[in-house]
Amino acid sequence: MIHPIPPGTRDILPDEMRELRELQATLIGVFERYGYGQVATPTLEYDEVLQRGEGRSGIGAYRFFDERGELLALRSDMTIPIARLVSTRFADTEPPMRLSYVGNAYRVIRPQRAQVRQFMHAGIELIGSPAPEGTAEVLEVLSVALDAVGLNRAVLGLGDADLYRQLLTELGVEGEARGRILDRLAEHNLVGLEVEVDGVEGLDADGRETLLRLPGMRGGAEVLEQARDLGGAAVDRATQRLQATYDGLVERGVADRVQLDLGLLRDLGYYTGAIVEVYDPALGHILGGGGRYDDLLGRFGRALPAAGFGLYLERVHLAQAEEERFMRERSADARARDSATRRGPEERSVSGGGR
Amino acid sequence: MTPTIEAPIRARLGGPLKLAIPRGALWGETLDALDRIGVETSEMRGESRSLVFSSDGLTLVTMRPSDVPTYVEAGAADVGITGKDVLMEQADRTVYEILDLAYGACTMVLAGRQGDESLGESERRLGGMRIATKYPRIAERYFEETGRQAEVVEVKGSVELAPLVGLADGIVDLVATGRTLKENGLEAREEITTSSARLIANRVSHKLRAAEVDDLVERLRSKGGG
Repeated sequence: MIHPIPPGTRDILPDEMRELRELQATLIGVFERYGYGQVATPTLEYDEVLQRGEGRSGIGAYRFFDERGELLALRSDMTIPIARLVSTRFADTEPPMRLSYVGNAYRVIRPQRAQVRQFMHAGIELIGSPAPEGTAEVLEVLSVALDAVGLNRAVLGLGDADLYRQLLTELGVEGEARGRILDRLAEHNLVGLEVEVDGVEGLDADGRETLLRLPGMRGGAEVLEQARDLGGAAVDRATQRLQATYDGLVERGVADRVQLDLGLLRDLGYYTGAIVEVYDPALGHILGGGGRYDDLLGRFGRALPAAGFGLYLERVHLAQAEEERFMRERSADARARDSATRRGPEERSVSGGGR
Repeated sequence: MTPTIEAPIRARLGGPLKLAIPRGALWGETLDALDRIGVETSEMRGESRSLVFSSDGLTLVTMRPSDVPTYVEAGAADVGITGKDVLMEQADRTVYEILDLAYGACTMVLAGRQGDESLGESERRLGGMRIATKYPRIAERYFEETGRQAEVVEVKGSVELAPLVGLADGIVDLVATGRTLKENGLEAREEITTSSARLIANRVSHKLRAAEVDDLVERLRSKGGG
């Protein structure tokens, strides 16, 4: 008999489960080594508590009533439950606190888009350690974790969530136009951005150029130099923040895999300052992300600066498999080249003759 | 904007940059634009039934315009060219829209039969219009934004047929010259939005292959527009 399961969910069979378990153990091992203790929170939370953390952009969470009529929600990420946990269970603990997690989270899906309702998230939260030191620590752990699971080619995109909010304030762009420009930036719709920017009254040519050129700037440390040339206090402050984080990463030896990206915006509402996305050439989707959320814990009554990251485990697993295949193919190519050079040309010509 | 999690699709980055190009209405002008930036297209213009071509450091992947965002979102193509109409209809796809190529300019209109008032009459007497379209999401959004009720019916083929045989009071469709409308006794009543060809990019390719993507954008920006 075939019994269906809801679209966007799946069963995990032993072979995959073994690999996923190994992946989780490797990640948790790295987190432990850096002093991050694993916690677990309930899959279900009061909707009101999750809403408190989400701010402007509500994530599509599954909500329902319990037997007493309370509105519950399936957690749609792990950071907000951990912010709740810290302010409740560690109300008097001396910061910094280092916590890690592995767990399922849930988001609503649109039909026929190969989206998942349930996904496994693993990551860390560093509570009470401000920028740039705290950010650099989190990114070092992320980098070491990626190497530990075999994703040596993975890249960390590093941007600043406050850059455009502060830049628009400096340029005097307020009201609806401001919201529309931020929306276009978050969608990374550069065509729409130009339309919106050209619609702003009283914006001078320099301001226009800054708004249109910044989002395309991504690369090594030279990017900060190029951005500074555009001028303005907001760009100055953001590049200083990024420079300070980047310097910390150079000290920790992980700057090589960092791409500075002034066009980066993450769509979760709670980020402030540094934001990060994880890319691997093996996969067309991001593997995870994170950043600073210095205001989030204050919404739960314990104002502490914080930063963290989360990786989508199923995607990391797929990237691992693709990377393994890539390495296998590459070494097979190298072996083929090798044996071709070792054999002389005459020998090669007869080798096709079926000896 | 609601972040959702796509199940990862196995598409690997590497090798020449993969550009998805649309067969159909934008095909000719897209090939012309590629010629102008020095990408050889004569093989594609020939009789070949191949879907994938290799030319001047690019892998060109040909497909229906409405499939371009799907391939680019998954990373099966790094960059792609398609109409803004397709991007608006598939607004939930996570792709970067990076350049307006200007050619393929069209207008999305609400059209009804010439000299026929059934659009207005249905709205007054029946509470809403019946609209046939290939763009149900654009149509629904438009009526919602203009505060009107409409029953939107999705059709896949020649949408001009629908009001002629009574499936709908009017249509929402993309119009270039207006000739097809006219030949079928229809006329544009309201302009909804405009469209043209756009260059889009996969969000990982846009980061990890930044130099190649930016180079293509610059060449298309300076010479590719129609």
